[in-house]
Amino acid sequence: MTRHIRHAGLFCALLLVALLVNAARVQVLRADAYESSPANRRDAIARYQQPRGDILVGGRPVTGSRDTREHLRYERTYLDGPLYAPVTGFASQEYGTTLLEHTEDDLLSGTAPVLAPLPLWNEFTRSRNAGGKVMTTIDPAAQRAAYEGLRSRKGAVAAVEPSTGRILALVSVPSYDPGLLSGNGRTAREAWAGLNADPDRPMLNRAVQRTYPPGSTFKVVTAAAALDAGTVGDLDEPTDSPDPYTLPGTTTRLTNGSRGCADASLREAFIHSCNTVFARLGVTTGVARMRATAENFGFNRGDLRIPFPVARSTFDTSVDRAQLALSSIGQYNTRATPLQMAMVAAAVAGGGQVREPYLVERTTRAGGGTVSAAGSRPVRRAMHPATAMRLRELMRGVVEDGTGTKAAIPGAVVGGKTGTAQHGLGNSGTPYAWFISWAQHEEDMEPKVAVAVVVEDAAANRREISGGGTAAPIARAVMEAVLKS
Amino acid sequence: MSKAGITLATADPPAPTVRLPRRRGVELALIVLAVLLSVYGYCAVGLARNGTVPPGAAGYGAGLGVLALMAHLAVRWRAPHADPLPLPIGVLLNGLGLVLIYRLDLEAPGDPAAPAQLVWSTLGVALFIGVVLVLRDHRVLQRYTYLCVTAALVLLTVPILFPAVNGARIWIRVAGFSIQPGEFAKVLLAVFFAAYLAANRGALAYAGRRDRWLHLPTGRVLGPIVAVWLVSVGVLVLERDLGTSLLFFGLFVVMLYVATGRTGWITLGLLLASLGAVAVGRLEPHVHGRIETWLHPFASVEAGEGPNQLAQSLFAFAEGGVLGTGLGLGHSVLIGFAVKSDFILATAGEELGLAGLSAIILLYGLLVERGYRAGLALRDPFGRLLAVGLASLVALQVFVIAGGVTGLIPLTGMAMPFLAQGGSSVVTNWAIVALLVRLSDCARRQGDAGAVR
Repeated sequence: MTRHIRHAGLFCALLLVALLVNAARVQVLRADAYESSPANRRDAIARYQQPRGDILVGGRPVTGSRDTREHLRYERTYLDGPLYAPVTGFASQEYGTTLLEHTEDDLLSGTAPVLAPLPLWNEFTRSRNAGGKVMTTIDPAAQRAAYEGLRSRKGAVAAVEPSTGRILALVSVPSYDPGLLSGNGRTAREAWAGLNADPDRPMLNRAVQRTYPPGSTFKVVTAAAALDAGTVGDLDEPTDSPDPYTLPGTTTRLTNGSRGCADASLREAFIHSCNTVFARLGVTTGVARMRATAENFGFNRGDLRIPFPVARSTFDTSVDRAQLALSSIGQYNTRATPLQMAMVAAAVAGGGQVREPYLVERTTRAGGGTVSAAGSRPVRRAMHPATAMRLRELMRGVVEDGTGTKAAIPGAVVGGKTGTAQHGLGNSGTPYAWFISWAQHEEDMEPKVAVAVVVEDAAANRREISGGGTAAPIARAVMEAVLKS
Repeated sequence: MSKAGITLATADPPAPTVRLPRRRGVELALIVLAVLLSVYGYCAVGLARNGTVPPGAAGYGAGLGVLALMAHLAVRWRAPHADPLPLPIGVLLNGLGLVLIYRLDLEAPGDPAAPAQLVWSTLGVALFIGVVLVLRDHRVLQRYTYLCVTAALVLLTVPILFPAVNGARIWIRVAGFSIQPGEFAKVLLAVFFAAYLAANRGALAYAGRRDRWLHLPTGRVLGPIVAVWLVSVGVLVLERDLGTSLLFFGLFVVMLYVATGRTGWITLGLLLASLGAVAVGRLEPHVHGRIETWLHPFASVEAGEGPNQLAQSLFAFAEGGVLGTGLGLGHSVLIGFAVKSDFILATAGEELGLAGLSAIILLYGLLVERGYRAGLALRDPFGRLLAVGLASLVALQVFVIAGGVTGLIPLTGMAMPFLAQGGSSVVTNWAIVALLVRLSDCARRQGDAGAVR
């Protein structure tokens, strides 16, 4: 019997050893796989266990955290949610994160390794650092001016500081309150469904995620290419352009909205926004040079991050001459984000140089120690400095006695360009009204702000749509706000 | 029969003054340690959750300490030769169980389970003291063989008359209390098996027809065995309680093997058990579902229905890692229903880590080992079989439920001895420890007596 008792005892020992081995398998070997399972809520619980770090505009937080005492404890709140939604995005317990909330998530949620006091410290102590702070480059006055300028109209505004690339305003209307999506309850689900079903797509960040045909504002690029290439020598020399202009290789006749475009000089054509002149100029300059200049301004680049991605602005290069003519006046396949057009204005304002735009000035720990600061950004030459000087002259002319007089600011030097872009099947859509501009104090050395405004449905009456009429006053308000500060 | 007996019989009689050490002091020291560890755990939960020592810490420590001390005094008085380990192990596991249940109570303050568990623990210790005081010699139990089996069968069948709770008919509700009679039946059946097998060993081992490979005992001896098999399958089918069925069958096969030494019994037992299990697994949707869940714990996740209990349990164990999150800092409450009972081990695994979980399993292992040690030291077949049976009961139950919640075997609803919420279980386990203390006392006393002689 003793022998059999020993056998039975061995059997029991085997059972317990099997338990130990299996426990080691589950808790050590397979642990990572189980921990990363999307159904495992522990990550989410830990993530919302502490208040999320804040996003700051002009030194004041525009976000906050609310203690719900629920399982997922802290929920994101937003001050002026709709105003800053195109900057912050949302941070939802149910639907993830977008925009800055997404790109800076590691820092805001406290998981960024750089926040740890020692390497691997958090892994060892199973602790999580307090969320860091993100200081944005946004100028609150400019942001508000842009938002209130657009009011209930659909559209977007982007403003940058030409000398640095700091983004001063980023507005998209209609907007939404990201705070509605923060939680995980019924309200969040209903808000999500409602926002997604909205035909106006309020969650679309029109300033960076949507491209529009830039229309006449693209003539700045065409003029820069022509001047750089020497196609045009003197701004006041007649350009030998017919009106109307028959697109090469077709019988389509291109006309103008304004008179006096036949054989106009570049200055006159720019001020009055003559399609015929610039279409012909683009064709004369040639697709290679047009393309090079457009790409130097930032077109056809899909990798721009501010730090969230910006939609690719396009200048089609596989075109025939007729298509090139249309491309050169910002139609056909030429498309640009409002931010891209702000960069175009900034290039002119900044002496021909484009600085990569950015939105995050500095990130810090919760206590205030700097984690990272925006260093100097890559600079690209979009055009010759002399060309930039001449374009500034042209753009000033638009504001002083052309289509953009509504953007003039007393005591400041302002340059601009209007645009009215046709779109839709057979150009049936309500045209987009554009205005791009820059401004500087008279006593200053260089412009302080470059801005692009697009208004999608400027007015019910189609005739009244024009960049100068509806978009220019908004641009003016934004520039004034920046110049005042 | 046993080597120990022979050695003692042939050894020179030592000086009459030499006695085996009683080791009651060791037991007391270990009990103090167990109580201190439990109080520490209780305080750790409070500190982690609220930053303060919970207000009831002193009372909890005092309560557990007094209970353990009374049990110790009973042992000191009536079982002075007993093995010093089973009682401290029981105190530590019970105390730890109370800590874990208290910790889970904090997640849902509306439905506290720890106070009731403390009451049941008190009852359990009272039963322990009662058994130690009243039962002076385990052989007395042999007189009640058939009373035991009748009582066990009644206890097993009673819940069939009560409504099913969560798919299993294993509870009866009396005056607001839920009792699982099957828990008590375990001990009674172990007593019955031990007594029956001790009485019929010879017949089972040597009587009957002998074939070339198969050795069949006579029908008279085989009858009760088949009856037991039928009962366990009946339990499985009628009460949908796979765990208890598995436990009974395993217990019976182990004891049969120890009693007869015939591997044929094990083969036959395993064959019958797997036949029964396959048949029931096919026919019974409840059991079938458990097996499917075991094979594919994340099927419900992939189907978009969210993680099931087993998946949540695995998540909890995985989160624990080697060192655990610390008491009060895990999220095993996500398991939901039965987190304090069947899945209590997941909380231990998450908050104490593989280190703590291994310690707990080793504690059970030590308890089982002490039971087997007593079985080896005893000389009467009934005592040996009872010690082995009770120890195996603990080992099998730990395996069935711990293996279930860690995904080693299909999950069956069963209480982790001492740790899990459940009054019947705690009381039963204290009875088992009491019997083991009594058996070890007898084993060492006879050794002592032999030495004196």
